[in-house]
Amino acid sequence: MNEPERSQDQPEAMSRRQFIGWGAATAAGIAIAPGVTLFDLAHGRPAEQAATNKVRWGMLIDTNQCTAGCNDCVTACNTENHLSGGLKETDSQWIRKIELKDLRSSKAHSLPMMCQHCEHPPCVDVCPTGASFKRADGIVLVDRHICIGCRYCMMACPYKARSFVHEDVTGQNPDVPRGKGCVESCTLCVHRIDRDQKPACVEACSTAGRNAMIFGDLNDPQSEISKRVATYATTQVRADLGLNVAVRYQGI
Amino acid sequence: MRSKQKSSMFACRCLHSNAGKGILLLAAVLLSSGAVSAADATRVPKPVLEAGQGEKCVENTEFMRKNHMELLKHQRDETMHQGIRTRKYSLNGCIECHASRKTNSVVGSEQNFCQSCHSYVAVKLDCFECHSSKPKPPAHKLTGAVQRSARQDVK
Amino acid sequence: MASIAFREIEGHSRGYYALLGAVGAITLAGLASAYYMEHHGHVVTGMTNQIVWGIPHVFAVFLIVAASGVLNVASIASVFGKTFYKPLAPLSGLLAIAMLAGGLMVLMLDLGRADRMIIAMTYYNFKSIFALNVFLYTGFFTIVGIYLWTMMERGMNRYSGAAGFVAFIWRLLLTTGTGSIFGFLVARQAYDSALLAPMFIVMSFSYGLAVYILVLIASYHWTGRSLDDAVIGRLKKLLIVFVAAALYFVAVHHLTNLYVAKQLDFEKFILVTGGVYPLLFWVGQVALGSLVPIAILAHPGLGRARAWVCLAALLVVLGALAQMYVTIIGGQAYPLQLFPGMQVSSTFFDGVVHPYAPSMPEIFLGLGGVAVAAVIVLIAIKLLRFLPERLDTRESGQLPANQHNEAAA
Repeated sequence: MNEPERSQDQPEAMSRRQFIGWGAATAAGIAIAPGVTLFDLAHGRPAEQAATNKVRWGMLIDTNQCTAGCNDCVTACNTENHLSGGLKETDSQWIRKIELKDLRSSKAHSLPMMCQHCEHPPCVDVCPTGASFKRADGIVLVDRHICIGCRYCMMACPYKARSFVHEDVTGQNPDVPRGKGCVESCTLCVHRIDRDQKPACVEACSTAGRNAMIFGDLNDPQSEISKRVATYATTQVRADLGLNVAVRYQGI
Repeated sequence: MRSKQKSSMFACRCLHSNAGKGILLLAAVLLSSGAVSAADATRVPKPVLEAGQGEKCVENTEFMRKNHMELLKHQRDETMHQGIRTRKYSLNGCIECHASRKTNSVVGSEQNFCQSCHSYVAVKLDCFECHSSKPKPPAHKLTGAVQRSARQDVK
Repeated sequence: MASIAFREIEGHSRGYYALLGAVGAITLAGLASAYYMEHHGHVVTGMTNQIVWGIPHVFAVFLIVAASGVLNVASIASVFGKTFYKPLAPLSGLLAIAMLAGGLMVLMLDLGRADRMIIAMTYYNFKSIFALNVFLYTGFFTIVGIYLWTMMERGMNRYSGAAGFVAFIWRLLLTTGTGSIFGFLVARQAYDSALLAPMFIVMSFSYGLAVYILVLIASYHWTGRSLDDAVIGRLKKLLIVFVAAALYFVAVHHLTNLYVAKQLDFEKFILVTGGVYPLLFWVGQVALGSLVPIAILAHPGLGRARAWVCLAALLVVLGALAQMYVTIIGGQAYPLQLFPGMQVSSTFFDGVVHPYAPSMPEIFLGLGGVAVAAVIVLIAIKLLRFLPERLDTRESGQLPANQHNEAAA
């Protein structure tokens, strides 16, 4: 809401001038022929370019490939984001494995659960300061600079995806700031996405040879995730809420 | 310093109307501010900075002294909300250059870059409650889009 | 009514200073607790990633709900034109401001980043009921402040009716906002109901009046001023109606949920199997907090004894705290249902009832909010003329003549 005003201040003008100074070729290319560069946005967006709603990042989780006892995605997340990996009730868990058993058929499933990056996120609706927000490309984030730690978003999230930082944090990943008193959750590894890498959990899952997690652009009909979603029946958890989540499950 | 003068002038004006008590307080304010300025030179040591690791800063020193917080705040909002990750004014960029050669950090000791000035001017510095105060280890060197722009920055 | 004389209390007695010292000490303990929690993080509280709102919120929401309700006594005088209640109005406004201030203090000091209050005041997401509440709360302070001014400044008296009307509308909006904090939580089975907003309004009537009766009787007793039984008699009857109405809303809420298959498990938890929560619900909220007070107040003998009226009002307040505990903490203790019909388990406590054990600091923070409200009232009634010198039949001369009007209120 405050975005347009914020970008009007003095240093903005400075940075823009600087930009054009040294990023001439790229900047001019973008300015003159937006149509030409559009296709490239999803695939290696330049650092000076804002995320766009042409892309909607999403994830498909094939529960048939996901095994009980495998925790690679969780470990990768903890390593990437420098989470302690502790399992106390006050420790942060951005992604967790849930073991399911159907009470009637006894069929068991195992799957990872994390922020579902809703199109209509309840956490964003309830956040009093706008610290919870959805980026143009569909990633739901917490702006820790304006999070006051009221935890209303944790009350509102249907997926129990958020954690509150209960203690001082040290040794953060320079790309993933974290600190006491704010709420946090899966960022879909936004810092990796912005440099054209996959989320750490997805990478770990494919390294382990399971390929249970597929990451990609739901808006690009040619992406693997879109093709899979178009071919197979997939489920949104708590679809009754109509939140249109970006993380879909296959096989439950 | 300028703001200190301003505030004591303001205090005088406020107290002026309050006859007896006011004069007493006024005297107290004058006395104490006199004492502070007399001791000024010895009491607060000037910041001692370690030189940055790069050749020169992204802007000239005068400009950075006055405006670094604006640049950082602006970049902060652009990176956070729009995913713009140019390196020129990024906090990580600052840290990579200004981290102490001894401690590899911008805070933690009075000689460290951010802390020395901030404690001199008594301005609370809370970036590093969340942000790492150390540069990214070289093993993780950036790749892809961000690295491309990093190269542009160097130029 | 012009003959009513308002007078500051003397406030020099040993009892006054002892009381002020006691609530002041609890306030300090609350502030110290907040500092401790802020310094170490919420890890020193009983709150977790499962029970994200704890005892501080129980006290804070109680205070905020009761704050709007306590203003009702003034509203009855100005909006519904019952002159009998007019002498009672200034205390009503004072209590409203004091309790809201106490409640908000607790809410703010419990924030993970209480040092960022300026951000809560400068960044708004208007879709958030919390953000709207910031305006409802500040507006309430302003409007009730003006209302008090119109009541206590002779020259402003003629605007008192209008101010009272605005204050009444505003307090309804405010409690709607408070109830909607929970009502808008679509994800949780305990909440997610439009009924919560009106239910909180009716609850506020009952909580607020109970507090008012306690403060009124205590202050007149301790200052040795005369307080007529007729005053207590009317407030008492009103309290019976309000407590019963609140109980009615609670019953409708649960009966509706019991009719919805997907809510059955939660209802079973909160009403039968949930351990401390059913206990607090049936014994605390329903029996001791509602039925017993109604019985005492309606009893032809006990209802006349001031001590028994006090006890009944106190029980309503304790029942209110029990209700807040069941609503806020019980609602979170029951696990979120992500996969209905499936048995779930995880490292993040999916599918299990979440335990909660409040720590001393958070209890003191909550009590600190109550104490702050008490400090404000104690100082205000000493400095300004909130309390009528006497509230007896001689002063409120038209009392018998008015009595037939009162049933409507």
